Amino acid sequence: MATVSVCQYHRGGFSFENCKRNALLEADINKLGFSSPAARKTGTTICGVVYKDGVVLGADTRATEGMVVADKNCSKIHYISPNVYCCGAGTAADTEMTTQIISSNLELHSLSTGRLPRVATANRMLKQMLFRYQGYIGAALVLGGVDCTGPHLYSIYPHGSTDKLPYVTMGSGSLAAMAVFEDRYRPNMEEEEAKRLVRDAIAAGIFNDLGSGSNIDLCVITKGKVDYLRPHDVANKKGVREDKIYGRPVTGNYRYKHGTTGVLAKTVTPLNLEVVEENVQTMDTS
Amino acid sequence: MMMSAQAYGDKGKMKEYHYTGPVEHKFSPYAFNGGTVLAVAGEDFALVASDTRLSEGYSIHSRDSPKCYKLTDTTVIGCSGFHGDCLTLTKIIEARLKMYKHSNNKNMTSGAIAAMLSTILYGRRFFPYYVYNIIGGLDEEGRGAVYSFDPVGSYQRDTYKAGGSASAMLQPLLDNQIGFKNMENVEQVPLSLEKAVQLVKDVFISAAERDVYTGDALKICIITKEGVREEIVPLRKD
Repeated sequence: MATVSVCQYHRGGFSFENCKRNALLEADINKLGFSSPAARKTGTTICGVVYKDGVVLGADTRATEGMVVADKNCSKIHYISPNVYCCGAGTAADTEMTTQIISSNLELHSLSTGRLPRVATANRMLKQMLFRYQGYIGAALVLGGVDCTGPHLYSIYPHGSTDKLPYVTMGSGSLAAMAVFEDRYRPNMEEEEAKRLVRDAIAAGIFNDLGSGSNIDLCVITKGKVDYLRPHDVANKKGVREDKIYGRPVTGNYRYKHGTTGVLAKTVTPLNLEVVEENVQTMDTS
Repeated sequence: MMMSAQAYGDKGKMKEYHYTGPVEHKFSPYAFNGGTVLAVAGEDFALVASDTRLSEGYSIHSRDSPKCYKLTDTTVIGCSGFHGDCLTLTKIIEARLKMYKHSNNKNMTSGAIAAMLSTILYGRRFFPYYVYNIIGGLDEEGRGAVYSFDPVGSYQRDTYKAGGSASAMLQPLLDNQIGFKNMENVEQVPLSLEKAVQLVKDVFISAAERDVYTGDALKICIITKEGVREEIVPLRKD
């Protein structure tokens, strides 16, 4: 006689059971007229370029929630290891957590091997994790760094495919940035030229793509040195209101005077407390 | 035991790919081109302001496409939403103004234009003009008037109104600063022209910070008994 078992053995790999349930719930919610909370995406323009001595990574700094700017100055270039950094586009939580997990695992790996981590290792770890989640982790990454084998640059897509290229762009502003790269990239550039190229590519994304904006962050990685330039270029400042006659900034006065928020009632209840017992415990600061 | 990354369900059978046949994408006659409009009425003036960015999806079509249209010497209309319908609607309104002038031998007043626009919009009740309109002008007594509409013609006279993509961000600020809402012990001074213009500039600078569809430049049309004057202020371009 066969017994009916409620619990089915987990066969390994990620369980996608709840995805169908989530889809049904989402449809139900939409029928009622409500919308489920949108995950904050970064909109974004990110890019990277390999030059003579290393790699230059660039990113904008706008995070959007739908078509409203949620963060005007968020940091999209994430630390992976002292010689490897990663720009992230897509769902903000996914890029943040994914890069932190791989950074942590890479540090353990580096301690185990006793060597500086390689960019290819970080790439392998990231792609294997993203593939395991079958694209449900919405992280599109530009991974760059310099290791014992030289400078390397990878682009990693949410489903887990990677491309090893001399110049890459990702995010909603990737087309604008790639247009700049295709026009002016050449192999073995000098550092200043590479920084200018990446800055201009991100600027193209910032001004022509509505999902990207604010400032330009740059990360220049060479053998033995990392320049994390945040911000490298403040491309957009909040509008300064100018006085036409004197030319000095004049803003409307929006300060509230005391008493603007009406106090309707005020009750003071004194708490009668008396010291019953006093106990001093020293902290061990040795 | 073989480890697999297959979707788990149906007692171990391989899940089928979701190919449901050729999918027909429904054609939508509307597009959303962004933009914000704002109108304020004072004692003897009216302001109609709009940003000048025309966008679609994540791209920008134009950085110099203002949404205020001058109708008469005393009336300006601001239209935001679907740009195609904005252009057609303003053409229709201008034609109707000419017809009125020829048959009644006088210009239409702001109130008359508002009432007419309501009937024009309701005439398309079952295939609406995707436009959020706000009319700003001077009434017959020379006082400022603002009329705000919904896409199918419901309208009312206001003191101030914001419409378009950043309207939800601007309206509460205007309620506080012009309507003196949620404030006590405040002297309710009527709004002067200089303060109103300054307020409109500040409010659009803030909207451009947080709304991706608003930016590039701000155009303010100032309507007084002398006529219509324009002022252009640059905004964030990102």
